[in-house]
Amino acid sequence: MNEPIRENDLIFGPRIPKELWKKEKGRFLLPSIIMVLAAFILFISIFFPYWKLTLFAPQYPDGLQASMYVNRLTGDIQEIDGLNHYIGMKPMGEAAVLERTLSIFMIVGLVLLIAGTIFVHSPFALFLCIPAILYPLFFLGDLYFWMRTFGMNLDSRAALSNAIQPFVPPLLGEGKIAQFLTVASWEIGLYMSIAASILIIIGLYYHRKAYKPLIVGSAPNS
Amino acid sequence: MFIRRVMGFSSLVVLLIAGLFIVSCQNNSANGDKKTGSNNETSSVEQNGNMAAGAEQIAKDRNLSPKDVEAALKTYTPSGIYDDYLMFSSGGHSGQVFVIGVPSMRLLKVIAAFTPEPWQGFGYGSEESAKLLKDGDMKSGTKLRWADTHHPALTETNGEYDGQYLFINDKANARVALIDLRDFETKQIIKTPNIISDHGSTFVTPNSEYVIQSSQYATPLPFQEYATMDEYQEKFRGVMALHKFDREKGRIVAEGSFQMELPPYWQDLCDAGKKVSEGWIFCNSINTELATGGIEQGLPPFEAGVSQRDMDYMHVIDLKKAAEVAKQPGKTKEISGVKVISLETSISEGLLYFIPEPKSPHGVDVAPGGEYLVVAGKLDTHATIYSFDKIQKAIKDKNFEGNDVYGVPILTYNDVVAAQLEIGLGPLHTQFDNEGNAYTSVFIESTLAKWKLGPPYNEGEEAWTLTEKIPVQYNIGHTVCAEGDTTSPDGKYCVALNKWSIDRFTAVGPLLPQNFQLIDVSGEKMQLLYDMPIGIGEPHYVQMIKADKLNPWFVYPEVGFNPGTMSVDPDAAKSGGEKIVRSDGKVEVWMTAIRSHFNPEHITVNQGDEVILHITNVERARDATHGFAIEGYNINLSLEPGEANTVKFIADQPGVFPFYCSEFCSALHLEMMGYLLVEPDNT
Ligand SMILES: [Cu+2]
Repeated sequence: MNEPIRENDLIFGPRIPKELWKKEKGRFLLPSIIMVLAAFILFISIFFPYWKLTLFAPQYPDGLQASMYVNRLTGDIQEIDGLNHYIGMKPMGEAAVLERTLSIFMIVGLVLLIAGTIFVHSPFALFLCIPAILYPLFFLGDLYFWMRTFGMNLDSRAALSNAIQPFVPPLLGEGKIAQFLTVASWEIGLYMSIAASILIIIGLYYHRKAYKPLIVGSAPNS
Repeated sequence: MFIRRVMGFSSLVVLLIAGLFIVSCQNNSANGDKKTGSNNETSSVEQNGNMAAGAEQIAKDRNLSPKDVEAALKTYTPSGIYDDYLMFSSGGHSGQVFVIGVPSMRLLKVIAAFTPEPWQGFGYGSEESAKLLKDGDMKSGTKLRWADTHHPALTETNGEYDGQYLFINDKANARVALIDLRDFETKQIIKTPNIISDHGSTFVTPNSEYVIQSSQYATPLPFQEYATMDEYQEKFRGVMALHKFDREKGRIVAEGSFQMELPPYWQDLCDAGKKVSEGWIFCNSINTELATGGIEQGLPPFEAGVSQRDMDYMHVIDLKKAAEVAKQPGKTKEISGVKVISLETSISEGLLYFIPEPKSPHGVDVAPGGEYLVVAGKLDTHATIYSFDKIQKAIKDKNFEGNDVYGVPILTYNDVVAAQLEIGLGPLHTQFDNEGNAYTSVFIESTLAKWKLGPPYNEGEEAWTLTEKIPVQYNIGHTVCAEGDTTSPDGKYCVALNKWSIDRFTAVGPLLPQNFQLIDVSGEKMQLLYDMPIGIGEPHYVQMIKADKLNPWFVYPEVGFNPGTMSVDPDAAKSGGEKIVRSDGKVEVWMTAIRSHFNPEHITVNQGDEVILHITNVERARDATHGFAIEGYNINLSLEPGEANTVKFIADQPGVFPFYCSEFCSALHLEMMGYLLVEPDNT
């Protein structure tokens, strides 16, 4: 308690005094556990689809599906692209190429930042977490951007170009394009990233509870 | 206090995650796979009540008896519901194979086997089919473009259908075709050397090591040799051809294939031994009289000549031993490139025995356990049942009642017969069920007879008794029961494969369809359920396999797949790699097809150029087949999703020839076309 405050303590925050650690282990462990859990959930979300579009039409009794992962598209992409060419839409693989290429590095970065809060016992932890908290919003915003870009820029030379008005497919829920009923759904990966955001916020709350008294207690002017 | 909070919090997390899983799982339950069973989407007590009243009215209006209604209910298969069994039927003169669902009796497909078939693009320009058909041509170059398919044989594993391949013979020209049941397409046609006529084929051994093919109408050996009818006994011969099947390659292979010389007795149907009799082959014969016909010279016609003796000879062949002998140097002679075991060698090595059988028999059918051989013939009212054990004992004890004119030992008839059962007029072919019953077609009296096998299937009084007959319409040839020639028959259904239909269907001119009659054999009494006309050719034998044993592809596994090699074709056109390459006198095009265009759409060539088109259907969707037809050039291909095929022709006609997609593939199908521009050669 009597150690002098060093410059970098503003970033990494105060050490936990030994007696206090022995007495209240849980108080300090809890935010760390929550943050590790959040980082873990966010990380494994890359193995799950984030978003799925299902198309139904009479000649597709089982429907057509496109599942979006952070770094790839799976499902009946060729078939959907084939259908889209009639209305002049570009192949789906041409969308968000940069995002998909960088996504894994980005998420690993977010995970490291979240994990970093374990070693940062000051309010600076909040800044480390902000990108991860906002990440699901960023994903949806980017998705919307590309859907809009594709849906509003149809090739006018396509066979059915004058039968279809430019459109923006919904991010969630049902839509209708020609004979197709489209159902967009959020998938487990996206929910995991949202769960990670919520966990981070809860973790920050306990983080503040754990460390604020230390900072207040050791502030130079107190 | 703290602990409680942690607990509360962690359970919140658990709930949250569980919730996510539930949300994500729900999405998958929407599209359940419907295959068999009834469609019970709309069933409530009230609706059922209404339905019954409505159904009664319909039955009354249509004059249907309660039995009719029952039959309708047993066969009606609603839209989208699949059949329990598939029949693979020989296509008779069509030279093809029919695929028919049971119990719906719906024709699902006609598989092109020996005869050009436009829908499948078989024999209309595709290199793959051109090669297949050429392999089946006469060595002299004469093209064979019809076939008389008789007996399909599904490949077996341990005596049970495995659903992998199907063989079919051509009685008219002694050929065998091999169909791969992954894509239901013919992969191989063999013109069997040395013989020109076969009836006893195709049959497979219990693990499909060999495809059995016996010649029918005897000719000089090899058949291209010339001899006069006076030289019949001396120069004419029958042949047992044993085609080695290489399952890995999915082909009949020359290595290990061999033939056996037989007397010119007109070998007829055969069957491979199974279980206890595995490794043996049994074949009937008709003309042990060595009749040579000659009605125009006042000699007895064949129909009388071959029916003179009361007995003909069942051929009993030790296949296992014969295969060993065929491998030994000096024990075979090579005729037309095939190893042939001579009759003398067969006799001296103990490969061939004869057993007297009532004259002019049709089927020799091996019981499920392999213990019995059932022989029946149109000129005897009995089924004669031989015991494999007794045959083995007679061979071991050299219990011969003599030798035929060629020296083949004849087993003593009385010592190898297990039973004789009076069946009716003209019994022909026998199938089996899972309860020890046999079903024999009875041609002359037009019935299907059900009877009980002896021990171990049925003991005491019950053994070898006729239990029931059901009339069929008319002139039943073969019959087929569900997996009825395997080591584990299913019972349930038999189908009477009738030659004549006379008054069964609305008149369609003097050439009448044949009549397949579905019979329910699961109950106390046999019940006729359904008549299916076959107006494409006269089928002979049929096999019925449980549908779930088949595992066909929905689309070709990869884009650029060559069905001929069953692998990706290195020469296949790829999306983005479309091109036209010209060289002297030759134009080679790599073309793709996708809904709804070909690429390229313009192909300009000079008159007289050789044109080679490599076309790939790059679709991955089920049923997205494209055709490729060039008008005026007699060319049509069928390109199923993923398939790559090649067409070669000489552009000998100048002018502008549209080419188009001949399968209605999409809303813009009409627009899926292009032009072949053949610049006239003005020199
Ligand atoms: Cu087409």
